[in-house]
Amino acid sequence: MSALTVISRKPLSFVLSSMAILGALAGLLVGMGLKFAILGLIFGAVLSVGLSFVAICLLDNEKRSRWGLLAFWLVLGFFFFGLAGGLVGILWGWFFGWFVFWLFEGRYRARLHPYLTSRQVLWHFTFRVICGAIFTYLITPILVVMPLSFNAQDFFTFTPEMLQFDPAGYSLKHYRDFFNNNEWQRSFKNSLIIAPISTIISVSLGTLAAIGLSQRHVPFKRLIMALLISPMIVPLIISATGMFFFYATVGNFLENSLGVDKNFVGYIKVILAHSVLGIPFVIITVTATLVGFDNSLTQAAANMGADPVTTFFRVQMPLILPGVISGGLFAFITSFDEVVVIMFVGSASQKTLPWQMFIGLREQISPTILAVATILVVLSIMLLTTLELLRRRSEKLRGLSPA
Amino acid sequence: MTFTKTFVASAALSLAAGATFADGHMANEMTIVSWGGAYSASQLNAYHTPYAAKTGVTILNDDSSSTAVARLRAMNEANNITWDVVDVEAGPAMQLCDEGLAMVIDPDTMLAPAPDGTSAADDFGDMLVSECFIPQIVYSTTFGYRTDLVGSTAPTSVCDVFDTVAYPGKRSLFSVPINTMEWALLCDGVAKADIYDVLETPEGQDQALAKLDTIKDDVIWVSSGADTPQLLADGEVVMGATYNGRLFALIEEQKQPVAMIWDGQVMDLDGWIIPTGLSPERQARALDYIMFATDTQRLADQAKWISYGPARASSAPLVGKHADLGIDMGPHMPTAPENLERAFLMNYSFWADYRDDLDAKFQTWLAK
Amino acid sequence: MTVSTKTDQILSADGMPLKKSLGRALRHQKRRALMLVAPLLIFIFVAFIMPIVSMLFRSVENDIVVNTLPQTVMALQSWNAETEELPDEDVYAAFAADIKLAAETKTHTKVGLRLNYEQAGIASLFKKTARKVKKWDIESDGPFKEKFIGVHKNWGKIEIWRTLKVHSSRYTSGYFLNAIDMRKTAGGPKAQPEDKQILLLLFQRTIIMSLVITGSCILLGYPVAWLLANVPLRKANLLLILVLLPFWTSLLVRTSAWKVMLQQQGVINDLLVQLGMVSDGARLVMINNQTGTIVAMTHILLPFMILPMYSVMQTIPPTYLRAAKSLGATDWTAFWRVYFPQSVPGIGAGSILVFILAIGYYITPEIVGGTKGVFISNRIAYSILKSLNWGLGAALATILLVAVLILYWAYDKMVGIDNVKLGG
Repeated sequence: MSALTVISRKPLSFVLSSMAILGALAGLLVGMGLKFAILGLIFGAVLSVGLSFVAICLLDNEKRSRWGLLAFWLVLGFFFFGLAGGLVGILWGWFFGWFVFWLFEGRYRARLHPYLTSRQVLWHFTFRVICGAIFTYLITPILVVMPLSFNAQDFFTFTPEMLQFDPAGYSLKHYRDFFNNNEWQRSFKNSLIIAPISTIISVSLGTLAAIGLSQRHVPFKRLIMALLISPMIVPLIISATGMFFFYATVGNFLENSLGVDKNFVGYIKVILAHSVLGIPFVIITVTATLVGFDNSLTQAAANMGADPVTTFFRVQMPLILPGVISGGLFAFITSFDEVVVIMFVGSASQKTLPWQMFIGLREQISPTILAVATILVVLSIMLLTTLELLRRRSEKLRGLSPA
Repeated sequence: MTFTKTFVASAALSLAAGATFADGHMANEMTIVSWGGAYSASQLNAYHTPYAAKTGVTILNDDSSSTAVARLRAMNEANNITWDVVDVEAGPAMQLCDEGLAMVIDPDTMLAPAPDGTSAADDFGDMLVSECFIPQIVYSTTFGYRTDLVGSTAPTSVCDVFDTVAYPGKRSLFSVPINTMEWALLCDGVAKADIYDVLETPEGQDQALAKLDTIKDDVIWVSSGADTPQLLADGEVVMGATYNGRLFALIEEQKQPVAMIWDGQVMDLDGWIIPTGLSPERQARALDYIMFATDTQRLADQAKWISYGPARASSAPLVGKHADLGIDMGPHMPTAPENLERAFLMNYSFWADYRDDLDAKFQTWLAK
Repeated sequence: MTVSTKTDQILSADGMPLKKSLGRALRHQKRRALMLVAPLLIFIFVAFIMPIVSMLFRSVENDIVVNTLPQTVMALQSWNAETEELPDEDVYAAFAADIKLAAETKTHTKVGLRLNYEQAGIASLFKKTARKVKKWDIESDGPFKEKFIGVHKNWGKIEIWRTLKVHSSRYTSGYFLNAIDMRKTAGGPKAQPEDKQILLLLFQRTIIMSLVITGSCILLGYPVAWLLANVPLRKANLLLILVLLPFWTSLLVRTSAWKVMLQQQGVINDLLVQLGMVSDGARLVMINNQTGTIVAMTHILLPFMILPMYSVMQTIPPTYLRAAKSLGATDWTAFWRVYFPQSVPGIGAGSILVFILAIGYYITPEIVGGTKGVFISNRIAYSILKSLNWGLGAALATILLVAVLILYWAYDKMVGIDNVKLGG
């Protein structure tokens, strides 16, 4: 935003009192584990203030000080708690050194507007910490799943061997199971066929309808909207049974009267059912984006001679694209993660990944589903990162500075 | 326009997909429904693979047995039966038979006799509880406990589950009235023979729930057979109810510090039914499969991979050692004589009548 | 395809009345909007609404009794169910004829099952009776009253006949009454016995817990969405990956992960014990209860809150806030009076999404909810998959659906799905 803010060194009293609070908290945490909480609190505060003072005033060289702090905490951690303590000591020592000088040099102000008051600065960072906590909440279950997928045992349990980092506690057998087991492979392929196709159907139909709905004069708008989002409202189990009867009739007709291949009919049934389920998400997100859409833009385009199709793709689409993409994501994931409807509408040859996972969870708790989850997470990280890198590259090529 | 384009594209894509998986064996494919997991694996080893080798039929597994009755009823109503052979428990099989959703199978003409010439009807004997149902295995629902968490005296009786003083800690039970209420009455002093008579009366039902009240706060209620083994492995419960085959796997295959109580085991049957409404050729193939899969040798073979007892009398002597572990499987069967004497037999017709009623009461009790 | 609406303004030159011309433009606009909506509407209508309505219709459908036992139902009409007298011989005779015919087509068990939902024991009564009646000769074997009572003493009980009569109509309100913990009797609707009253409690619990989940999603989602919308795009995209990752991970896996984290021997408890915050003997119970359901479902539904909020907040120009502040507003006023109102459509879209999804979930509560954290959907699933009482399942679903529709309507009235609050 504003790199113009001039930063200056902060008074020692401010730095030392902040460090005292930090040290007290850390000391309390360690102290509680060792059953002397108050002592830990006091000792932590004193140690932290002392170290900060030494680092800032006596050593008077940031690089040297930070290395010194790192070494100190490493030795301290290792001395009291062994190898694991040493590891924590390194991390903590690095953070400690960085934090002292971040405060002392006033670096925390560098990226902020110069006119902010100290309360606003404090709120700014408190807010980030809160967000960090929420992100932790979001991500921890996934971080827990990853190591468990390397479990040598057939349970969702951190065994003592795993906690001691004993190689015997880890194995790749659940990954081998995923790659060698026919059922897993088949269901993975099925998911990769069914989810994208139903997403395309829901996104194209849904976006079109959302644009229609956002016009100024739409008769029965409320009713139509309610009908369109109904697949989301109806409990899945009811949708599943209801759709089962419908698609069975459709399937019978296609197979018996038109002689279409049985498997092919199976895929059509599942794809149509899943695209129905995905549509409400597209409608809701795209409509929400269109609420902020300025209709005079389309009028302007029309005024300048663009036909409706051009207007749509050149003016409207780029503006509502975030909504369309997030709607598409919802639709994709609805299909990719759907386990109730598929079990009714599909037959064994359309078995998808979640179906197989459901069996894996119900019939025998097998960490193979954790291995699958880990693979999917890694794949999606790679996919999302690639997309982001491509976006940045094209930005650079077009000579745009990053926003 | 976009719509038609996408639609055509998607249709083409799925056609390609369909063709890939069909492998040209369309006409010679059958769908067999079972429970999944280790149980399906044992069927694959004992039945499917040899049958496929013999006949060239491609067998497709559908692990949907837990919802088989509901789905068979829906399929029947829609006149679109996609399953050829279905593995279900005895109770649901009787219901399917009563509703006309499963075909009647004559054991004398449609099943293989024992090697010594005994007819299949005699060989299966009492196990043929319904005319539509060919049993494969006898399994039981029973308790396992953590050997390291129960203190010095290990539990020996099902009633130890209700003893929170001697065995403090959580225990897991299925969140259904079936079995749970019987155990409660049994441990409240009702004689085995009288249990269902007592359970028929509102007073008896209250008695069972009152007994369960004494341990309600110490119970983790589970819904699938895989839950208790996981809870035991975690040390989350000290004892818990599940199927004996799962406990065998937990103890012998996964080497967990767990042992089992055979006392009060509730025995049940699991076996095949064939849905009604199949085309003649599919029905003929399904019958052919069943004749193959329920012969004496095949049933004995299944016990090599899972510790459930074969339903044929003539198979019992053929039960050998575990395929990987080399353990003698005989003593691990619910039907082994020393395990059998403390068993408890479930009354199917009682539960056919009272399941909905008692379930409503049980769930209400749970929710309060 | 379209005639530009701009022609309206110059039309008075045509001599066409302004009103008429405007009317035509309006009709044109309406037609255009409908044409955009039509393909989807037809698709949804045929592939979803019709199947669901026919499924929900099962909640009132009850023709199985009258179709299987037509003569009995006819004969019972002259019998007063509120008396303490058993029906006459002609009812028994009609029943004998009906049940013999039904036994031949194996439909008697279906009626038995249907009536067993109302009174336990009827299923096996029908089964046993039909086995005997099959051998009777309807023409000559009468009188049947004594014979039936001989087959099973329950045929001499007035309750059985009451149940049969009460549930013999072609359409019934019985399932709906059951769905609200009542039952249909000869003397009108009555409350279920207390030890079977559970469904209203579940409805109530479902609504309250869904509200709590929606609330916590708003609380947790709003700061994150704000952060995403207000940091440079590069950073926002990286952070978005963190939001999307759980979203890409299977629901089943995430639910199991929460189990691993929350249980008493789980990750969180272990950590707390290690840190000395909780003693080993007093580990927290965070799963198999409502806490478990709320924590896990909030986690699962949070992306559904963040993404719509983010897409709306992205369209709010950051200059507005700065303008407000430069005009003298405090941080809070600027946020509350300027920024927040503009972000309401996002909160609305996210909340309705989360609430409705929460209300219909059943797999997660089933796994982490224990007995006190399950929802009404679990009961619907049970009715459909286990007890096969599709009528009751459909009735429960209809009630749930109506509740959601009312909510949706109220939301639309209060916030407005198309409420344009942007000034520019």
